[in-house]
Amino acid sequence: MKAILTVHNLASDIVTTIWTPLFVGIFLAIVAYAFWPRNKAAFDEAASLPLREE
Amino acid sequence: MSQPSVSKSMTIGESGLAAVFAVTAFLCVIAAAKAVDAPFAFHASLGAVASLAAVFAIINRYLNRPAALPPQEINGQPNYNLGPIKFASFMAMFWGIAGFTVGLLIASQLAWPWLNFDLPWTNFGRMRPLHTSAVIFAFGGNVLLATSLYVVQKTCRARLAGELAPWFVVLGYNFFIVIAGTGYLLGVTQGKEYAEPEWYSDLWLTIVWVMYLLVFLVTVIKRKEPHIYVANWFFFAFIVTIAVLHLGNNPTLPVSFFGSKSYIVWGGVQDAMVQWWYGHNAVGFFLTAGFLAIMYYFVPKRAERPVYSYRLSIVHFWALIFLYIWAGPHHLHYTALPDWTQTLGMTFSIMLWMPSWGGMINGLMTLSGAWDKLRTDPVLRMLVVSVAFYGMSTFEGPMMSIKVVNSLSHYTDWTIGHVHSGALGWVGFVSFGALYCLVPWAWNRKGLYSLKLVNWHFWIATLGIVLYISAMWVSGILQGLMWRAYTSLGFLEYSFIETVEAMHPFYIIRAAGGALFLIGALIMAYNLWMTVRVGEAEVQAPVALQPAE
Repeated sequence: MKAILTVHNLASDIVTTIWTPLFVGIFLAIVAYAFWPRNKAAFDEAASLPLREE
Repeated sequence: MSQPSVSKSMTIGESGLAAVFAVTAFLCVIAAAKAVDAPFAFHASLGAVASLAAVFAIINRYLNRPAALPPQEINGQPNYNLGPIKFASFMAMFWGIAGFTVGLLIASQLAWPWLNFDLPWTNFGRMRPLHTSAVIFAFGGNVLLATSLYVVQKTCRARLAGELAPWFVVLGYNFFIVIAGTGYLLGVTQGKEYAEPEWYSDLWLTIVWVMYLLVFLVTVIKRKEPHIYVANWFFFAFIVTIAVLHLGNNPTLPVSFFGSKSYIVWGGVQDAMVQWWYGHNAVGFFLTAGFLAIMYYFVPKRAERPVYSYRLSIVHFWALIFLYIWAGPHHLHYTALPDWTQTLGMTFSIMLWMPSWGGMINGLMTLSGAWDKLRTDPVLRMLVVSVAFYGMSTFEGPMMSIKVVNSLSHYTDWTIGHVHSGALGWVGFVSFGALYCLVPWAWNRKGLYSLKLVNWHFWIATLGIVLYISAMWVSGILQGLMWRAYTSLGFLEYSFIETVEAMHPFYIIRAAGGALFLIGALIMAYNLWMTVRVGEAEVQAPVALQPAE
């Protein structure tokens, strides 16, 4: 029982401390990747990928 | 059958799968013999027959095939595997009509209860899960199988991974549907909404789903196109998440390994929370992510325009993934679920407004420069109206998840109306649009048999949806207001039966709407059938004419 509580505390510690900033950070990184000016050309090309097939 | 250069022998997949099915047939016979209840004996017998049929089919296929397996490419072009796609398209139309018909029946049962026929098998309680599973998992599932296996090949420029594996997936999935559906009629159910199939059907679905994941993933891995197109991301999220949800919501202990009844390991309110974590993400990842993948391929393809903003599609995807998984508790407002959990579910549901509308705008704006096609192409119109319904129902959903709104709407017909604006308008129409595109492509036809019939389908079905959802809005809000009405002395103003009586006219209007939707689907089935039977073949490079194995 004690072991279970320890694990539970560890899990809840992670969830209540780093979980939210971690996932917000990952999401912001994805948004930055999507809107990074240098990636624009590649994404514009990908947008018409279904139209390029034979 | 004559390629002397290669000596013909069974592949490991062929011999292995035949052996596995032979053993399965044997085990099913034992299970049928030792069964403790009749439905389990029936299902074990079905399993034995299907396994034997599979052994026969694998060996027969081996004997009739050339020594060499179908090539990955012919003249430098991918040799697409279209057989399983054709099968899943056919089954989608079949189950769609079956599911809409049962829906019409249960809608009529609510208006005229004698239609229950006083028989256990036709009782509303058994027919209702038959309807929901038939339309969501049988119709929607086969549409997703057909489109995902088509889109992944086309956008990766690679033949589907495996030869028997894709057939195992489409046939195995439809066998699961048969077991689940016949089970409901015989009274076999876990009693968990949208997760009614019992433990043995769940185990079988797990095997089929893992194979589906592998076929999809390996096709992506061996792609010739360097970029993984956004539709594949949505399909992949749908496949992975449904696997996780299915495993999380179905850990049960059977009472007997030779009986159908089982008990879930989760207890009390935890079970309810896991059930609605599953239930809402079935909406989010089965009915949304999967069909958004269809939108991201079929709308640009049909409009002949690139995706409006590919960057927005990336943000759309990740925002949806990060948010949807937390929205489930809004199904349990004002229950024993802790208050903070309810608020969490509500908050994430409201945040979902943004990715949902971002996706809708992306789908609609893909038509910029091609809006005139809406006038001439009823298939494109169907696809676009489906996206509009997506926007409407994803506006309504978060609003209903707000606790004060939910206190009026919950347990009323408003919920049914909301679900059907999403199911008929969004999922139904985007599926119809995709099938209208896919059938001529897969069967190599120049076009559909009749665009005029598509136009009829569109207007009849649209009228049906409008009747359906407006009747349920009025009925649901009326019902909610009557339930909470008090007299000046503090007594409830209406008895329950008075609210039922007040809803009767709306139930008739709803059934009429459902009938129109079914008529539209019958027109579609005829149109697709004629497209395949008498449609003019498209003259193309021989690559596309290769018969799919």
